[in-house]
Amino acid sequence: MEQVYLDHASATPVRKAVMEAMLPYFSERFANPSTVYDMGSKIKQAMEEQREKVAQLIGAKAKEIIFTSSGAEANNLAIKGVVLAHRKKGNHIIISSIEHHSVLNAARFFERMDYEVTFLPVDAFGMVDPQRLREAVRKETILVSVMHANNEIGTIEPIAEISSVCKEKGVLLHTDAVATVGNIPVNVDDLGVDLLTLSGVSLGAPKGTGALYFRGGLRLMPLIQGGIQESGRRGGTENIPGIIGLGKAAELAMEELPANMEQAKKLRDRLISGVMKRVEHVKLTGHPEKRLPGHASFCVAAIEGEALIFMLTREGIYANTGSACASKALKTSPVLVAIGVAADLAQGSIVFTLAPGNNADEIEYVLEKFPPAVERLRAMSPIWREKSAA
Amino acid sequence: MKFVENQQADDTLDLVCRMCPLHLLEPGEKLACLKKGQVLEVLTDYDGALEDIPAWCKKCGQEFLGIVEDEDCYKLYIKKQK
Repeated sequence: MEQVYLDHASATPVRKAVMEAMLPYFSERFANPSTVYDMGSKIKQAMEEQREKVAQLIGAKAKEIIFTSSGAEANNLAIKGVVLAHRKKGNHIIISSIEHHSVLNAARFFERMDYEVTFLPVDAFGMVDPQRLREAVRKETILVSVMHANNEIGTIEPIAEISSVCKEKGVLLHTDAVATVGNIPVNVDDLGVDLLTLSGVSLGAPKGTGALYFRGGLRLMPLIQGGIQESGRRGGTENIPGIIGLGKAAELAMEELPANMEQAKKLRDRLISGVMKRVEHVKLTGHPEKRLPGHASFCVAAIEGEALIFMLTREGIYANTGSACASKALKTSPVLVAIGVAADLAQGSIVFTLAPGNNADEIEYVLEKFPPAVERLRAMSPIWREKSAA
Repeated sequence: MKFVENQQADDTLDLVCRMCPLHLLEPGEKLACLKKGQVLEVLTDYDGALEDIPAWCKKCGQEFLGIVEDEDCYKLYIKKQK
C-alpha cells in the first residue's frame, strides 16, 4: 500500500469540487467585494452566499458568521474580543485545562494583564464536569470556553449541560468546534453557545480559512482594526477564494455528514479493537463512547510516540503524536497530563484521525504494520526490558 | 450637542466596539426596516459619531432627536422621516 493518511485532524486535502469552485476567484472573478461597481458587488454576493452555507451547517444566521484566517484566529477573536468588550463586568475567565493552544494562550494573554484565569480540570476521559464549572463561576466571570471535542483524545464535551450552567449564572460561553464541525452534527442552538469556532482544515477546505459564530447582538472587540469588512468586526480585504472554498466544503459536509459519520465510526471501532487486541500494554485515551467518529488515540507503553510515527511512515502510514507543539518542544502533552496519564506512558502517544476517504483495507494494513513496529521499538527499549523482567 | 432624556425607541442598533465608518452605514440599513415616525436608538462608544450622525441625518433627511450619555456608551436617537 502506497500511502495511508490517518492524520486528518492536522490537515485534510482540499476536495476537488471545492478547488473547482475556488478557481475562478483567483483569476476572472478577482474584484474587491467592497467596491461599488458590479464586478465587486457580484463577488460580495458570492461571499454572502458562502456565509449562508457556513451558517446553515451550524444552525446559525448568516449575519452571525465572521470569516477568519483560521480556527486559531477565530479562537483569539472569541476570547480577546469578548473579554475586551465586556471588561467592565469583571476580570475572570474560565477555560478547560485541555484547550487548544489558541484558546489557552489567548487566556494567558489576559493573565499577563492581571485578569484571573481558572483552568477547569477534566476527568480521566477528558470530560469537563458541569458541577465543577458551577463552583468556579464568580460574579466577575466574563467568559467560559470549553472545546466541543478534543483533537488529541477525541472526547466530546457535554456542551449543552455546560451551557445550562452558563445561562443560569449569566456568563457567556464559547466553544472551539474545530474538531467537530463537519465530523458530527453541530447546532449552535442545541449546544446553547454564544460563540463557536470552526476551521476549513477539518472540512476539506483550504488552510487559511475559518469562521467565528457569535450570537446576534453580542459585543465583540475586533482584533484587526480596519474598514467595513465583516461589518467592521475584522478588517482586511477578504480571502475570497478561501471563503468560496469554505462555503463549498460546508455545503458538501451538510449533504454527506450522516453517511460519513457512520463510515468513520465503523473504521474507528475496527482500528481501536484491532490495536487493543493485537498489542499489549496499550491504553485507549479519551472517552470510549463519547468520542469523535473518526478518532482513535492510544498511549503505547515503553516507546516514544515520535519513533513509532517514523516507523509507520516507512510503511506509508501517516499518523500523529497528538500535540505537535508539545512534541516539538519535547514536552509531555498537557492534555494527557490533564487526564492523568503517567508521564512515561504519555511519551508513547499516537493519534489516528480518519476521514471518509479511508477504507477497511487501509485499516487492516495499519493493523498489520502497527504491532511489529511497536515490537521493534520495544526490543530496543530499556524501559520495556525492565517492564518485561518485572 | 443636543441631549434628550427618557427617549423611547422602537429599535436599537448596537455599534459598541465597532469603528468608523460603520456608524454611517448601518443606521441607514436599520431605518429601512422601520416605519415613518418610528425612532431608532444607536449605541456607540465612538466619539466621532456625536458629530457624524447628526450631520448624516441632515444629509439623508432624517430627524436627529438627540443624545444620552450612558455609563459605557452614547445613545443617539433618530426619528425616521422618509
